[in-house]
Amino acid sequence: MSTPPPPMPQSAAPDWRAAPGAARPAPGPAGAGYTSPIPVVRTHLGHALASEWTKIKSVRSTMWTLGVFVALVVGIGALTGMVVASSDPDLGGESPLSLGFFGLLLGGMCVITLGVLTTASEYGTGMIRTTMVACPSRGRVLAAKALVFFGLAFVVTLVCATLIGFLHVALLEEYNAKDPSGEEWLKGTVGVSLYLALLGTLSLAIGSVIRHSAGAITIMIGAVLAPLVIALFMFSSSLEDVQQALFEYSIPNQMSIFYANSLSDSGPSGWDPLWIMLVATGAALGGAFALLEKRDV
Amino acid sequence: MIELEGLTKRYGEKVAVDDLTFTVRPGIVTGFLGPNGAGKSTTMRMILGLDHPTAGDVRIDGTHYDRLKDPLTYIGALLEAKGAHPGRSAYHHLLCLAQSNGIPTRRVHEVLDAVGLTAVARKKAKGFSLGMGQRLGIAAALLGDPRILMFDEPVNGLDPEGIHWIRTLMKSLAAQGRTVFVSSHLMSEMALTADHLVVIGQGRLLADTSMAEFIERNSRSWVRVRSPQRERLLDVLHQGGITAVESGDGALEVDGSKAEYVGELAARHRLVLHELSPQQASLEEAFMQLTAESVEYHAHTGPPGPPQQWGDGWKRG
Repeated sequence: MSTPPPPMPQSAAPDWRAAPGAARPAPGPAGAGYTSPIPVVRTHLGHALASEWTKIKSVRSTMWTLGVFVALVVGIGALTGMVVASSDPDLGGESPLSLGFFGLLLGGMCVITLGVLTTASEYGTGMIRTTMVACPSRGRVLAAKALVFFGLAFVVTLVCATLIGFLHVALLEEYNAKDPSGEEWLKGTVGVSLYLALLGTLSLAIGSVIRHSAGAITIMIGAVLAPLVIALFMFSSSLEDVQQALFEYSIPNQMSIFYANSLSDSGPSGWDPLWIMLVATGAALGGAFALLEKRDV
Repeated sequence: MIELEGLTKRYGEKVAVDDLTFTVRPGIVTGFLGPNGAGKSTTMRMILGLDHPTAGDVRIDGTHYDRLKDPLTYIGALLEAKGAHPGRSAYHHLLCLAQSNGIPTRRVHEVLDAVGLTAVARKKAKGFSLGMGQRLGIAAALLGDPRILMFDEPVNGLDPEGIHWIRTLMKSLAAQGRTVFVSSHLMSEMALTADHLVVIGQGRLLADTSMAEFIERNSRSWVRVRSPQRERLLDVLHQGGITAVESGDGALEVDGSKAEYVGELAARHRLVLHELSPQQASLEEAFMQLTAESVEYHAHTGPPGPPQQWGDGWKRG
């Protein structure tokens, strides 16, 4: 009240002075209550999905995180491919798709960030109240956010992974690289994209639980890196099993399994990482939903 | 119609809202008044299903908020100016809200026009002044053309023109038969807009009355007289059947008489008057007295606070 706000743009002033009456319909019969001319719609998940899609594409942070993601995955992928090709190597029947791993591992940080921001940023800005007033079904809001984010992250990752996959195959086929089989293609594109999109959705659930962007991003990046770092410092032989498990189930190692170049020979293999991440994400979303229902917004 | 029944909210030991029962009726503007921290916003959040009540119940036309199938076309709410993502444009903010309730996109343009933000519709909300933020919030509330409107401190940050606009808007919305529930901590603001008044302090209901009744009950008028011949004046007034009391600074206060009558009486007895002025207690003062004991955050410095006892000021004499 005390500080007057900066003046409104001049062009806007005449509009609002004239408008309140004009934009409203004629007064209804007195005492009968007001009936809106806007048709009443029974809202469903489709409405929430449309709303979340508008939200995610109308903020710059989405463009930034996805832009950096594409730059990392395609840039690092292309660079690795060219460096390897220029060194005139003998790949000895290795799949060239595995060169895409480094870019996607780094790009994963962007997916985590975007996932967290999708939920947590609404708490930082107060938008969450507006959202929940517009859609009182909290589960629907969370589901819509998760679906929209998952779809977006999956499509973008798939496009990038496929693009660099073709690039690597084209660059390296003359150096005795293996011609990837159908399943290798599937794992190196669809598989790893599903995995990254799920990792992002897990971050989205953590963002909803923590309600704080920086905190949730820190937790997720810690979850990606900490197992490897901790394992590095486990010198004691009595901890060997733990060290081995930390290596094998760390997120970077799980990702590398999609390219069949696991850091170890035991532990998860084949499509296992995807199922592990699916269960983890499902559990996190369940927890996020339970907390969302219980807590005040 | 919004019905609250024994609505209570506790945060640990602290009671934010204490057993509130009242009804907000359609067709009028209901003012929701209370000092800062009285529990107004918490109550409004509970009405909208954002906060879970510790006890009690709140229903909107008989239904809980989270059971509404079309919430935005039923209730529109301005909760706080800071209810938008700073990086999103006003247009997209309203568009995503409209989409979530299946409201046609043309409504977005209509409400932007109605609140005067058309020119800045594509600008990011972070560049908005407090007043523009309020307008965006009001646009969001009007989006579904709802039958119930709730505004939490709507005049905050608005310039005088904006304040006038929101007053007119609220009255016209109520005149259309809608339920309008508006919170404020300014009695003077409410006196100009509200038809009915609900006053709370420290979460408790202090008054639930029509504005007219509140004004009648709480407005006291008196005449202030100052004369060098004070004793003579007292005698004359007494003979004229008027009771006068001394005010602190040597002047006399006469209740229930017109200044003209006191002046004529003094002239007839050839008394010199240095002051003769009709006085009116402000509603703000009445409100402050009503809530004095329940003010959460007292200022201990600066201008003197409200009287300690309810009715202290205006019941004198």
